[in-house]
Amino acid sequence: MTATDIIKKVAFYFAVLLIVVVAVFPFYYAILTSLETGTALFRVNYLPEVIDFANYVSVLTARNFPRSVLNSVFIASVTVLGALFLAVTASYALARVRFRGRALLLMTILAVSMFPQIAVLAGLFELVRFLGIFNTPWAMILSYTIFTLPFTVWVLTTFMRDLPLEIEEAAIVDGATPWVIITQVFLPLLWPALVTTGLLAFIAAWNEFLFALTFTASETQRTVPVAIALLSGASQFETPWGTIMAASVLVTVPLVLLVLIFQRKIVSGLTAGGVKG
Amino acid sequence: MTETSSALPPATGGGRERSLEDQRRRAAFWFLVPMLVMLFCVAAWPLLRSIYFSFTDTTLDNLYGGKWIGFDNYLYRRELSSGRVLWRGTLADADWWNAVWNTVRFSIISVSIETVLGLLVALVLNARFVGRGIVRAAILIPWAIPTIVSARMWGLMFNDQFGIINDMLLKLGLIDHKIAWTANIDTAMIAVLIVDIWKTTPFMALLCLAGLQMIPRDIYEAAKVDGVNPVKVFFRVTLPLVRPALMVAVIFRMLDALRIFDLIYVLTPNSAATKTMSIISRENMIDFNKFAYGSAQSTLLFTIIALFVILYIWLGRVDLGGKDAR
Repeated sequence: MTATDIIKKVAFYFAVLLIVVVAVFPFYYAILTSLETGTALFRVNYLPEVIDFANYVSVLTARNFPRSVLNSVFIASVTVLGALFLAVTASYALARVRFRGRALLLMTILAVSMFPQIAVLAGLFELVRFLGIFNTPWAMILSYTIFTLPFTVWVLTTFMRDLPLEIEEAAIVDGATPWVIITQVFLPLLWPALVTTGLLAFIAAWNEFLFALTFTASETQRTVPVAIALLSGASQFETPWGTIMAASVLVTVPLVLLVLIFQRKIVSGLTAGGVKG
Repeated sequence: MTETSSALPPATGGGRERSLEDQRRRAAFWFLVPMLVMLFCVAAWPLLRSIYFSFTDTTLDNLYGGKWIGFDNYLYRRELSSGRVLWRGTLADADWWNAVWNTVRFSIISVSIETVLGLLVALVLNARFVGRGIVRAAILIPWAIPTIVSARMWGLMFNDQFGIINDMLLKLGLIDHKIAWTANIDTAMIAVLIVDIWKTTPFMALLCLAGLQMIPRDIYEAAKVDGVNPVKVFFRVTLPLVRPALMVAVIFRMLDALRIFDLIYVLTPNSAATKTMSIISRENMIDFNKFAYGSAQSTLLFTIIALFVILYIWLGRVDLGGKDAR
């Protein structure tokens, strides 16, 4: 190996290291801070000095934070199940059946996923009030459909389009109806796609802020992002950084673990919509 | 529905085939209806109502008492008895134009930097090296962290007194006094940009990487054999081939940036230097009880985004639907 080759290699691995450190450091620092209490919070540490779980105890025993987590779990789960249910049949029609206006319909669905949420906020606010679901989980479940449904339909359509034609033809020859084809032929093949899409939709619903902020009024109805955003100290000048970081770490660790476990599938799910073609 | 006709014999004649095809179309119709009804309820109808509200004087506590007032929320002219002419409405509102400028500035700067950085990261990840899987997993972490949590984490790191950013910069000798990053008019936008770039460059990198991996390796080998300069290879081969993927990534990021709300709401609340169109619109709609005025602003944002999408697709000839959707 020549000297320039070595320099190139060192520079390359330095770039790799830099990418990893920049990506991971803020989260590492959040964990570090969440384990500090008292005056340690106001000193800058690069390595852990003390490990103290007091912040976690205070967050988990707080009156409303565990409730917010339950709200978020419920809302995100119901939203995802509803979106997947509606999207599976719809994406079969969009991927497998030729009909006039199909391309236009797909573009319209994609356009909906590009809506700025604020543009529908006033109308949704009226709808939520009209249905009497203001300050209940159903307000979020209904409103989150605006981004989970187009996304799941779009991704499942691209997945379903790639399933081999022969399987479907064999089922048709055997006299299977479209409903039977979906539930008994395609669904078993589709479950990896369902898990990926469901997970991505779950993350999106878990993280949503604008609707959750607008459609909840009481502390017990808040979702996790709203609870963390509005966590404040006794006075306006005192931010309880330790508690905030503990809460942040608690709601982020499960997400990070899920993402790391499913990372390959997530990358293919994220890129399935646009990049193909 | 169609389950009852499952006893059809295998298709043989032309007529039978047509009825099968008809059956599939009918089923497709019924499969699509629930999804379309749902989308109409949560997207089309609320959008139309928001636009309608923008032409009324509706307030939050009197949602159904609004009267039609035409374009007054957008712009109207009032002549005082002294002869002075006043312009009122969003289009004559300095705060609105400040928000427009903030949003445009934020979107262009963040998406440009993210595109360049994302492409660089993707090029690094596209090389074969030890531990590539771990690095790819690591860059997913900023993407997986909820925006609100990132805003809080960086809010702590940007703290003027005990923030680690000031500490690092002081130790490196890049600054000589502590800076109130999120509170200072001059640095608030920089702080927001840093967090947004940190959070979304991974997404850009993944989309670029997907594009890069579709480029056949033998093109590079051929270039290597011919002794073509790597920089030339990048601009002549890589960039043109990765362009379609990059265009799609840029449009998705741009749309996200134009509607940014949560990061700014938490990181730099009430800073005039970072208030975007979404922020100011919600503020009017919900906090200031100017429901219709806020609706007018959200309608303007929708119009801007719609025009941007049309322009971008037209100029870039982006094929968002992929080959099969045509």
